[in-house]
Amino acid sequence: MNTLHTVNKSPFERNSLSSCLRLAAAESSILLFEDGIYAALQGTEFSETIQTALATHSIYVLVPDLQARGMSLEQVIAGVQAVDYAGFVDLTTTHYPIQAWL
Amino acid sequence: MKFAILVNEGAYQHQASDSAYQFVKAALEKGHEIFRVFFYHDGVYNASRLSVPPQDDRNINKRWSELAQQHQVDLVVCIAAAQRRGILDAAEAKRQGKDADNLAEGFRISGLGQLIEASIEAERLIVFGD
Amino acid sequence: MGVTKKLLYLNRKAPHGTIYAQEALEVVLIGSAFEQDISLAFVDDGVYQLKKQQDTKATGMKNFSPTYRALDDYDVNKLYVEQESLAARGLSAEDLIVPVQVLSSAELAALMATQDVVFSF
Repeated sequence: MNTLHTVNKSPFERNSLSSCLRLAAAESSILLFEDGIYAALQGTEFSETIQTALATHSIYVLVPDLQARGMSLEQVIAGVQAVDYAGFVDLTTTHYPIQAWL
Repeated sequence: MKFAILVNEGAYQHQASDSAYQFVKAALEKGHEIFRVFFYHDGVYNASRLSVPPQDDRNINKRWSELAQQHQVDLVVCIAAAQRRGILDAAEAKRQGKDADNLAEGFRISGLGQLIEASIEAERLIVFGD
Repeated sequence: MGVTKKLLYLNRKAPHGTIYAQEALEVVLIGSAFEQDISLAFVDDGVYQLKKQQDTKATGMKNFSPTYRALDDYDVNKLYVEQESLAARGLSAEDLIVPVQVLSSAELAALMATQDVVFSF
């Protein structure tokens, strides 16, 4: 089973996302939640990073955290998949282990 | 599936406790088992029964207590981290000669072995922190 | 319990500025009694935890860095440090308080993917 990496920090503030991408094995998945959702948006310095990563990783964004921050699904990079908390739980059952990049 | 949850941050300062709560609630709704929620680092502050948030905000500490009561979720606070930060149950307060205790209902204080055991017993460990 | 799991402690934070490194070490010590397959990875600022010659006297804080040297007594001897993190900080294995295995990002990624449990602090 593939690893699920969780990233909860803004890429503008911390290196969690870049370290995750450096150390995530191919085919592993990444969930962006809390301030991590800022990486999922189009038109930022990190959009290209995410687009490139989509070639080797499934990437998910937690919609409740997106909405809480005034962002909508329309602004999310194509290919990044939307999940709610139930979807977050499902991801943790279909991946192993779960690795948090705090 | 059987989950263990680790919460590394206190209520309010970080979203970690909120995210953990929403995750646990969603997991329970799907019929999964929460083997244990372990509170470490500043996460032990989730267990203070003296927290008094404004009425128009969520009561994070109470929410955990209610979850424990409704779903028999085992909420465990690390004793070493808790003692450092002034979270004591009645027995420990007495033993340390303190004039008050503040552990909220539904939580229990125990050792770090409870975290390791949970990570071994559960099928998944999910960590929420800063 | 009869099960042996691969437990990885992922250390990515510098010591002293926050308590994560110190309390993570406490978990490692307690966890060693459970006879699981334990590994420690030091990545990003986590490599600073292992810097030699830490002297906390003037800060009044606890110097827990000698504890890393005691890990071997607890049969915790799989310590991995990411080469890229060391290099980015101008450090090498000689700057560290304990012998470690220095791995490339790719090697560490492969190792992490084989774990059962990842503790992040």
